[in-house]
Amino acid sequence: MQRRSFLAAGAASLALPSIGRSQGASTLRFIPQIDLAFLDPHWTTAYVTRNHSYLVFDTLFGQDANFNYTHQMLSGHVVENDGKLWKLTLRDGLWWHDGERVLARDCVASIKRWAKRDAIGGALMDATDELSAPDDKTIVFKLKKPFPLLPDALGKSPSPMPAMMPERLANTDPFKQITEIIGSGPYRYVQGERVQGAKNVYQRFEKYVPRGDGALDWTSGPKIAHFERVVWTTIPDAATAAAALQSGEQDWWEYPVADLQPKLRKDPKIRLAFPDPTGGVEMMRPNHLTAPFNNPAIRRAFLHAIDQAEFMQAIVGDDPAMFYTPLGMFCPKTPMASEDGLEPFRGKRDYAKVKEMLKAAGYAGEKTVLMVPTDYVTLKALGDVMADTMGRVGINVDYVATDWGTMLQRRNKKEPIEQGGWSAFITGWAGTDHFSPPAHIALRGNGDQPGAWPGWCVSPELEQMRTAWFDAPDLKGQQEICRKMQVQAMHDVPYFPLGQFQTPTAYRSDITGVLNGFATFWNVRRA
Amino acid sequence: MFAYAIRRIIATIPVMAIVALFVFSLLYIAPGDPAAIIAGDQATPADVERIRASLGLDRPFLIRFGEWLWNVLNGDLGVSIFTNLPVRHMIAQRVEPTLSLMLLTLTFAISFAVPMGVVAAWKQGKWIDRIVMVVAVMGFSVPVFVVGYVLAYTFALQLDWFPVQGYTPISQGFGPWINNLALPAIALGSAFIALLARITRATMLEVLSQDYVRTAKAKGVGQREILFVHGLKNAAVPIVTIIGLGFAGLIGGAVVTESVFAIPGVGRLVVDAILRRDYPVIQGVVLMFSFVYVIVNLCVDLLYTVFDPRIRY
Repeated sequence: MQRRSFLAAGAASLALPSIGRSQGASTLRFIPQIDLAFLDPHWTTAYVTRNHSYLVFDTLFGQDANFNYTHQMLSGHVVENDGKLWKLTLRDGLWWHDGERVLARDCVASIKRWAKRDAIGGALMDATDELSAPDDKTIVFKLKKPFPLLPDALGKSPSPMPAMMPERLANTDPFKQITEIIGSGPYRYVQGERVQGAKNVYQRFEKYVPRGDGALDWTSGPKIAHFERVVWTTIPDAATAAAALQSGEQDWWEYPVADLQPKLRKDPKIRLAFPDPTGGVEMMRPNHLTAPFNNPAIRRAFLHAIDQAEFMQAIVGDDPAMFYTPLGMFCPKTPMASEDGLEPFRGKRDYAKVKEMLKAAGYAGEKTVLMVPTDYVTLKALGDVMADTMGRVGINVDYVATDWGTMLQRRNKKEPIEQGGWSAFITGWAGTDHFSPPAHIALRGNGDQPGAWPGWCVSPELEQMRTAWFDAPDLKGQQEICRKMQVQAMHDVPYFPLGQFQTPTAYRSDITGVLNGFATFWNVRRA
Repeated sequence: MFAYAIRRIIATIPVMAIVALFVFSLLYIAPGDPAAIIAGDQATPADVERIRASLGLDRPFLIRFGEWLWNVLNGDLGVSIFTNLPVRHMIAQRVEPTLSLMLLTLTFAISFAVPMGVVAAWKQGKWIDRIVMVVAVMGFSVPVFVVGYVLAYTFALQLDWFPVQGYTPISQGFGPWINNLALPAIALGSAFIALLARITRATMLEVLSQDYVRTAKAKGVGQREILFVHGLKNAAVPIVTIIGLGFAGLIGGAVVTESVFAIPGVGRLVVDAILRRDYPVIQGVVLMFSFVYVIVNLCVDLLYTVFDPRIRY
């Protein structure tokens, strides 16, 4: 080989970025929000696992953008005996990824496993006398009392999602991970190609039969997989993820960070979309067991110091279209949301007045330990604003910069501050988590019970209304209860809502068919 | 020397045992709870307790340490708390990218830094010496991640010569492999080049002032031979020492570089594991790193005898 031809060959071998891109025509390359650590859909509440699970697993019901529930794995259902007997019928053509037929007993085992890790699932099982599969296609719920929310429970999209899996896997202890990822969804998980922390691969499931009817929206309707493969690449660095999207090495970045959105907007090859109107909702959770927030009057007074817009601007910038205030206890623009009782959040903040209110409520300069997980950019920004707000109204704040893992551990401590306890922490949720009372654990008033969420808010009124919500006869009744719950919550202050923000997604402009809701991969294709 | 090498390898056993005990104890007392992280934000303390029990994290320290040590002695590094995958498998998946990156970085750094240092010493005080020193100061001063971003922006995003991120195994071809690693290796090697060039220059200046070099010049030996045979060989011991020490620095730098260029290496694995408190993975990776470091030091010691025959073990 001559030197010139050797150099030419070398140069050709190096010119690989564009070759690599052309090979990706039948592959969708996706950058998830964070690494996919857990593959078991019932095992964790991580949203990234929920998104993965909707590729691999299917659900009995789907959910559309109006939060209506439609049949997904079912061909239909009947309700008898005054709402106390539900018969669900599986549709034809359902197969597990291991080649076996989907049977009703698989679904029964799956429901039982999921319900042990999910709030609304637990409520459903509490209301269930017997759950059985009399034949291969029929699932029967015999209920102790009517449970009209049964489709809502079995079609819910907030995590953990009610995924169906083969009985042999569903019999695994719900507090242990399943070892095989076998679902019946439109893509099968390619375990052999997994590079933990870096890459996850999904292959189109040839035997998947999409529904023939229904409107395609969120998790409802026919799930048609257009790409042969979907490859998730974890890119921990936001600037690198943006560059990979711009260069065409990746097709879709789930959540571009706010700082880089203006740059992506200017790129004609990138499209920024807002498919999920529920976005994210942020909060500060006070500890109801330790001073100063063990005093409800102090909690109520401090509500007046919260400038939700200021918190939101710290994470998404000044564009008012990117956030929504005032945020109450339910996700804005969803059926249970209202603005009842939100007066403390309206108008200009008067910090001197709040200072006086706090004093009158009994605040005497107690140290207030604010835990802020600094490894989450959003939560760190909110924590900074919160510390500043506390300082403005004279609260003696001890800003504890920590990491997420340490905060999750420390927040379980009920001890006083001097013994490692805490006063408040900052956290955030997907808007769908605050869609209605069942999954909304921050709104619980069961702080005196063993299973309570850290913060330990005790409010019998909130608990009574939550129970009543399950028994509400219709949507109007549910909405009425939620309005009352919000007013009550503004009195008890189980937490401080800090605002709702929009989370755009970014994809190459040749990608079409991205559905509303969180990232789903059916219907998506290359133009 | 063979006996010495064997003795040194045997001596690694207590070192590794101390590392193992240290790492295990450190993780035990460190704040954070993998069960709480697994359970997530929505979990109640009761959920966390159940998960902790299912993972065996509620057992006493000595029992857990003894069990882990026994498994390690049997070649089993345990199973990741998070992924349920064997730690050995996870490390094996990640070793190639990191090893490739480090070898390429070392090759690149040595190939550039040593000649730069030699030439700078040869032309001491001249413009070329000053340029080398300026480059060295810049290499020291600019953080690896900044170099990485600048390289990625210029050569990947703007010029489209290299990919922005990722890794291609060498089994898929040398071209794609080096194409993916070129920018990370340059970024990671920038500080190391600076260090190595300065050490080479300083050592060469000392060697070039020795009597035997003057004698060689007087005998009419060529400049190249004086620099690279008589000079560099005698200056090699401190240079090799710095290369060995620099290896530890590269391990640290690889963590940053792998994140910037999204390379699925051991560096990212251990960072993820630390953030999640995935104890078995952290323990496995630290053990592996310390073993590699001990072996690198042994190689450096053995190399001394090659460059300086007066050294005997």
